[in-house]
Parts: sequence; C-alpha cells; structure tokens
Amino acid sequence: MADGSIQTAASEAALSLDGITCTFVSRDAAGGRYTAVRDTTLTVAPGEFVSVVGPTGCGKSTLLNVAAGLLSPTEGRVRVFGQPLAGINARAGYMFQGEALLPWRSALDNVAAGLEFAGVDREQARESARQWLRRVGLGGFEDRYPHQMSGGMRKRAMLAQTLIRDPDIILMDEPFSALDIQTRQLMENEVLDLWMAKRKAVLFITHDLDEAIAMSDRVVVLSAGPATRPIGEFNIDLPRPRDVAEVRMQPRFVELHAAIWSVLREEVLKGYAQQKRA
Amino acid sequence: MSKPFKPGTASLRLWQLLLLVAIVLVWHFASYSPKIAFFFGQPLEVSQRIWAWFVTDGSIYRHLWITLAETMLAFFIGTVAGMACGLWLGLSPMASAILDPYIKAANSMPRVILAPIFGMWFGLGIWSKVALAVTLVFFIVFFNVYQGVREVSPTLLDNARMLGAGRRQLLRHVYLPSATSWVFSSLHTSVGLAFVGAVVGEYLGSAAGVGYLILQAEGTLDVNTVFAGIVVLTAFALALDGLVGVIERRLMRWQPKASETEQL
Repeated sequence: MADGSIQTAASEAALSLDGITCTFVSRDAAGGRYTAVRDTTLTVAPGEFVSVVGPTGCGKSTLLNVAAGLLSPTEGRVRVFGQPLAGINARAGYMFQGEALLPWRSALDNVAAGLEFAGVDREQARESARQWLRRVGLGGFEDRYPHQMSGGMRKRAMLAQTLIRDPDIILMDEPFSALDIQTRQLMENEVLDLWMAKRKAVLFITHDLDEAIAMSDRVVVLSAGPATRPIGEFNIDLPRPRDVAEVRMQPRFVELHAAIWSVLREEVLKGYAQQKRA
Repeated sequence: MSKPFKPGTASLRLWQLLLLVAIVLVWHFASYSPKIAFFFGQPLEVSQRIWAWFVTDGSIYRHLWITLAETMLAFFIGTVAGMACGLWLGLSPMASAILDPYIKAANSMPRVILAPIFGMWFGLGIWSKVALAVTLVFFIVFFNVYQGVREVSPTLLDNARMLGAGRRQLLRHVYLPSATSWVFSSLHTSVGLAFVGAVVGEYLGSAAGVGYLILQAEGTLDVNTVFAGIVVLTAFALALDGLVGVIERRLMRWQPKASETEQL
C-alpha cells in the first residue's frame, strides 16, 4: 500500500502540490516579505493517509489552505485528481483547528449545513445529519448549540459536518490539539475507523509525532519556518487496523519514532529558538 | 430578613417598587410648597391628568397613536436601512473606503439641526418626524452591523466556504446571523432614539402628537400636563424596549447567557 502509493501518485494522485511557494507581504517591515512555504512538493494518493509534522509556526496550515483552495500559492500548481485547482477545492472536506461550528445553529443544523448548501432537501439533509451525529457518538445532542457542548463534542460535530458531504479528500488541521489526551485517543481511533470504512485520501497536519505515526501511511517532516519545505518522508509500515494507544507499544513504532524524531528534533529546536527570539 | 439585599427576583421587584413609592412620596410632600409645585408639578394632579387623557375624555389616543406611528415607522425604516447599508459597506471594502469620511461627517453632525429642513421637505405631518428619527436610528444600527460583518470569524467563513456555501449562502447563513446579534444590542438604544426623534420633531413644529401636547402645555405653564406627557412617553418607551427584549430572547436562543454557567 505504502509503496504502491508512490507509483500511483505520479499518474492519478488525489491531491498533488507541485513546487508550492507562498510569500506574504510582511506587516511589520514596510516592503518586507515573508516566505512561509518554499518549493514544496507533496502528493496524496487516493485512500492514503498522509501526516505532515513540523515545529509550531512552520507554515503547516498555509500548506493545507493551499490544498483547500482558500489560498492561492505565489508559485506552483495544485492538482486534484489530475485537474488543476481553481477556487475552492470542492472535492475536499476541511476540519479546522479552531472553532468552526456556526454558533447560531444547533448541532443537527451545523452537521446538515454542507448538504443544505448543496441544495439537498432540508428534511433529507437533517435525517442524514441525524445519522452522522449518531455515528460520531452525539446521538441525543441534536438540539445543543455549540456553546452548550464540550470541546470534544464540538470536535465530533465538526467531524460529522466535514464527512457528511462525503469528500474524496479530507484535510485536517491539528483537529485534536485542544483535547485532553483520553478524549484525543478516543477520537483518533474513531477517525481511523471511519477512514478504514471509506478509505478517502487524508492530509493530516499535526505537531504531535506520536499521533502522526499511529494514524498514517506516510509521515512528511517539514523544516522550521520561514521558507518551510519537506525534509524527510517516512512510510509507516505498521499493520492495520490499529489502535492508537496500543500501537505505541510496538517495537516498530518505537523504531520509526526514533528515526523521524532524529530528523524532526533539530527543526523543533530551531523553531523554538526562533520563537524565543520573537 | 438577616440579608435584606439578597438579589432574589421577588425581593428585587419589591425593592424597586419601594424606591418608586419613596420617590413619588417625596415628590408629593415637597409639592405642598407652591414654589416647588409650580416648577415640578404635583403627582396627584399629574395622575389625574393621565387618568383624564386615557379614561374620562380619552383625548390622548389620537396624539399617542401619531407619536407611536412615527416612532415605529422610524424604527423600522432606520433599522432596515442601517442593516442594508451596514452589510453592503461591510462586504465591500472599496465602497467603505471611499465613503468613510462622509459617514464620519454625517455621524458627528448634530442631526437634530436637520429638523427644520425636514419640516420644509416633508411638511408638518408625520413624515418630517419620521425622517428625523430615522437619521438617529440609522447610524446606530449601521455602525453595529458594519462592525458585526467585519468581525465575523475568518474560520467560520472558511468553513462555510469549504462546506460549499456560495456568496448568497454566506450572506444568508453567516454574515446575517452574525450581524443580527450586533443589531439587537443596538436596538435597545435605537428604540429610545426613535422616540426622541419623533418627540423632538413634534416639539419643533407639528399639529398633533404627544410632543405637541407637551409643547402646548408648556406654553400655558401647565407643568402638570408636561409631566404627565413625560410619564406617558417613558411608559411607552419602556414597553417598546420590553418588546425588543422579547423578540431578542426568541431569536438569540443560541447565544450563551451569563446565567447559564451559574450553578442552580
């Protein structure tokens, strides 16, 4: 699976970022420029779970926004199933890091939103949303507004909101970083179960190496910013299905962790030093 | 009664009522002095006046109806126009950049000064008063909506776009609800100002309305009638404010309330 993905990537990648550079005009210095991402090439095959790890503030989210079509890169091309991307990536679902639920909609109406926007009949959309809420463990909480739900419940609702449209590519931006460790592992397993059933292409951004290895087929390590680029790529050949808590005990997991950490460590230190200076 | 100031709902109402009674009593006894009665009126006379207006000769209804109609019209027109302009300028940075100095000028201008001009344009009927009150209401709602639109969380917008929302759907499902919460915080102020606009308009030139009644009474130094007019206007302004509150609670059910996190 992991080896096959590299061959298929060239012909029919679900998502391919080719030579992406993103430069922003800096607000601090007049005429100053800030290159968040430089010359980054990344592909995700259909059905492949790819994690991107890197130190904080290294432009991981920028990369994801480019893949989503929310941000057009300064240079480089984005292809979605072979087609060049223009505007919003309609085949992708995006699970954001922050609070993205509409506060004036109940859990049910939030989950139904994607179908409603697509013109699906309202009752039908709500019925489908009801099923998805049950699937993410929120059955019985349909009428809660976001401020009445816990952080974990909001994340579940966001997951259902993203997946209800049945996107072919799922983009996730540190989706569980705000959760406590137990809730987090539960959610990671639930995401893996949902993904195993449908096998969509996933691009998963995280700063947590354990999470990346436990969930992915492939882990890409980014350098510290500015001008972030990939500096290492590792195939995760752990057997599936996995349990994120148990897989951490396997010797192969420890090996992979050590190998990736040796590459990541220096970048994390660099990123930390930069943050301290700033 | 070891802690008489514990803010329970019932005891709070009682204290509020006691304060009102105390104020009226002080007023009543102070007005035994003819000088004070001349300048401040007498509560008994004022209540008799109100009683006569509403019950015995029923002469106030025509005036009250006109003032309320002016207020409601101004409130409605001002709110809708303020929301429309706030949405438009909030969503169009170019237009808002061009119009910015004019909006600032129009807002800082003492708009009551427009009353004579509106009188010329719209005559002495209700529309000159509506126009004046609209200028007061419009800017409050406008600035709140403008602010509301610009402070919509970018994550919410991005999320809605990723869920397939087009421009119209973003407006309908993200910008409008977000702006609505800002509008309601401004509506309480604007109801009061709609009243101010209507009454001041009447005061400056009219043939009917509660402001007109007050003006007539003032002309004959009938301070009791002036106070009666003030009491009636205040009561109706409070009632309208309460109505806005009821609508707000119905529409804003999704908003976290401060009391909700309190322990039962």
